[in-house]
Parts: sequence; C-alpha cells; structure tokens
Amino acid sequence: MIGALILRDLGRELAGAAWLPVAFFLLVATLVPFAVGPDAQLLARIGPGALWIAALTAALLPIERLIEPDRADGVLDQLALHGVADETTAVAKIAAHWLSFGPLLFIAAFPAAVLLGIDPAALKRLLLSIWIGTPGLAALAVAVAALTAGLPRAGSIAGLLLLPVAVPLLIFAAAFCGDGSNQALALEAAISILLLAGAPFVTAAAIRAART
Amino acid sequence: MTLLRFEDVSLHRGGRLLFEGVSFVLGAGERLQVTGQNGVGKSSLIRLAAGLLREASGRIERSPLALADDNVAVDRELTLKQALSFWDGSVGTAMEALGIACLAEVPVRLLSSGQLKRSTLARVAASDAKLWLLDEPLNALDGDGAERLSRIIDAHLTAGGAVLAASHQAIAGEWPKLELGA
Repeated sequence: MIGALILRDLGRELAGAAWLPVAFFLLVATLVPFAVGPDAQLLARIGPGALWIAALTAALLPIERLIEPDRADGVLDQLALHGVADETTAVAKIAAHWLSFGPLLFIAAFPAAVLLGIDPAALKRLLLSIWIGTPGLAALAVAVAALTAGLPRAGSIAGLLLLPVAVPLLIFAAAFCGDGSNQALALEAAISILLLAGAPFVTAAAIRAART
Repeated sequence: MTLLRFEDVSLHRGGRLLFEGVSFVLGAGERLQVTGQNGVGKSSLIRLAAGLLREASGRIERSPLALADDNVAVDRELTLKQALSFWDGSVGTAMEALGIACLAEVPVRLLSSGQLKRSTLARVAASDAKLWLLDEPLNALDGDGAERLSRIIDAHLTAGGAVLAASHQAIAGEWPKLELGA
C-alpha cells in the first residue's frame, strides 16, 4: 500500500503544480542581483545563502495541497480503515513530496548559480547542501501541512510555523556553502535526519487530532 | 458471529455529551438503522463504530469494516475506474451493481453528486469487509439508485455480512431501529 500511496501522491503533485516552487525559487534568484547591485564578488559571496532563503520560501508554496485535500475528501479516513497506520501515510507523503520537490530544486540550482555568479566549487557545495537538506525540509513541510490542515488561512500560519523551525537547517547549509572546511555539513545532515525522524509522528498525531 | 458490539458507549463532542448508554450487537446477516433528528449524533455514531472517533466510556468491538459517508475519497483527476481501483482491485462487479459501469472512463470531477454517491457505495461493495457502515446512504440517490442499494445490501446480508446505516429516511427492507436522542 505504501508504494501505491507514494506513486499516487507523486502523480498528483507532478500533475498539479510541482513546477511552481521551482519557478518561485528561480524568480527569487533573479531578484537578488537587482536588489544588491551588479557587484560580482558580493553576489558570489551571498549567493548560496540567498538561494537557501529562496528554497525555504519556495517550500511554503505547496503546503496547502499536501494534506488538506485528502483530509477534506476522506482519503485519510479511508486509508486508516484500510489498515494503513497514520504514520505510514505520513512517511509516504513525505517521500512523495520530496520526490516532487527535491530533484527539481536541485536542477534549478544550476541556472540560479549562473545568475548569481557562484563559482564551481561553491556550486558543488550548494548542490550537496540541497541534496542533504531538502529531505528534512520536505518532512517539515508535510508536518506543518498536517498541523494546519483545515484551518482558515492555513498558508500564512504554515509560514509562521515552518520558517523558525527551518532556521537550523538554513544556518548549517549556508555555513557549509560559504566555507567547505568546517563541520557544518554534518550538522545540517543531523538536523535533516532529526526532522525526517520526527515529522511522521507529528504528522500522524495531527491527522488524528483533525478527525472530527 | 459478532461483527460489531457496542457496550454502554457514550460520546462527547465539543465538550458536550452527545449520547450515552448505547448498546447493541450486530452479527452476521443482521442490519440496524440508526435514526434520530438532525444533530443527534447519527454520523458521529457511525464514525465511532469505524474507529475514527474515540468513545468517552464503554466498549466497542469491531471486525474489519468499510465506511461510506459524505466524503467520496476518490481522486478527482482520475477516471472513476482508476480512482476506485486504488482502494480495491476488482471494482467491476460493484460498479455494475450500482449502475455506474458505463462511467468507468469518465473523470471523477465530472460526476454528479448522485453518481458520486453511487461510487462511494461501489467502493464499499467492492471491499471484502464483512461489516458495512453507511452514513446517509440515500442522500442524493434517485429511485433507481435506492433500489440498487437495497439489492446490494440484501446480497451482502445473505453472504453473511452486516450493515449499520444511519439515516433519517426510510431505507427499503425490514430494518430494526436504534433511535438516538429518544
């Protein structure tokens, strides 16, 4: 069932607006040179950090579509009645969300790096930090989506919930991008694993609490 | 064989007591209709029986079950057959029984509310669960739909299943009643 569920969710996300967060990410990357001016050195220095901010805000866009449609439509109830634990549903949703979000963001990082004049060495570190950070970010997005499912103005509340929790991820990812000689990557991976491990339980608890 | 047993069950919703002291047993081949006015807790009793809500006190025993309520739980972008097949592989017979076999290739989003109701019932009919929980099964159904519904219910009971239905309308057939809020 979990495989079928991942495939279903992935299909729905790709058929929907999976390109939207990526377009948003590229748009923010385009805005940065306009905002800070054409100083190539400055751009290359702040580039990775700016792209990580873009990635975090892009992660907010799909949140309202991750859990709420299935909750409102009774799909989550039917999954529970078919013997699928809410935690399993949560894991499937996290996997499907990452698959529709992580690889696309990874690809979009190439043109974004060109826009900001990021050198190849820094680009390599940026890609690595995206590869390692986005699973945690996807897990966090699903958990926040479950916590805000069914609330009015869920999108804005989700931003207030997600961004503060994502700060450690941002700190270590940006630190690693700026200087590859430190241990920031290990710490980013630790945060990502922590989010991946905790999010299914938070998501499942939120799904259960939303049943009325 | 007992498929569903309520023992002195009570339920709180939003801080108020909805009902208490509800006891009944539903065995193979048996049916029961929950009746009562709007807001008396018929749907909540169904969700309680399904295990989607927690009882405040009492005990509930349930066997594997299938639930049909107002939530369609099929993907709107898919065709009806694809969407129903996600839940149970062999939906052909059930779609036939509900008179929606001709809609197999139609996207779910184009279906009317009556057709969606039939689809929900087909999902239940296609499951191999012995216990059916039907919340307002007659809503949005036309005469033909209601007739098909009573036919699949009769077939299910004959095959050793049980049906718990909540409705304020009369469902065709001999239904023992459980009146809530009386």
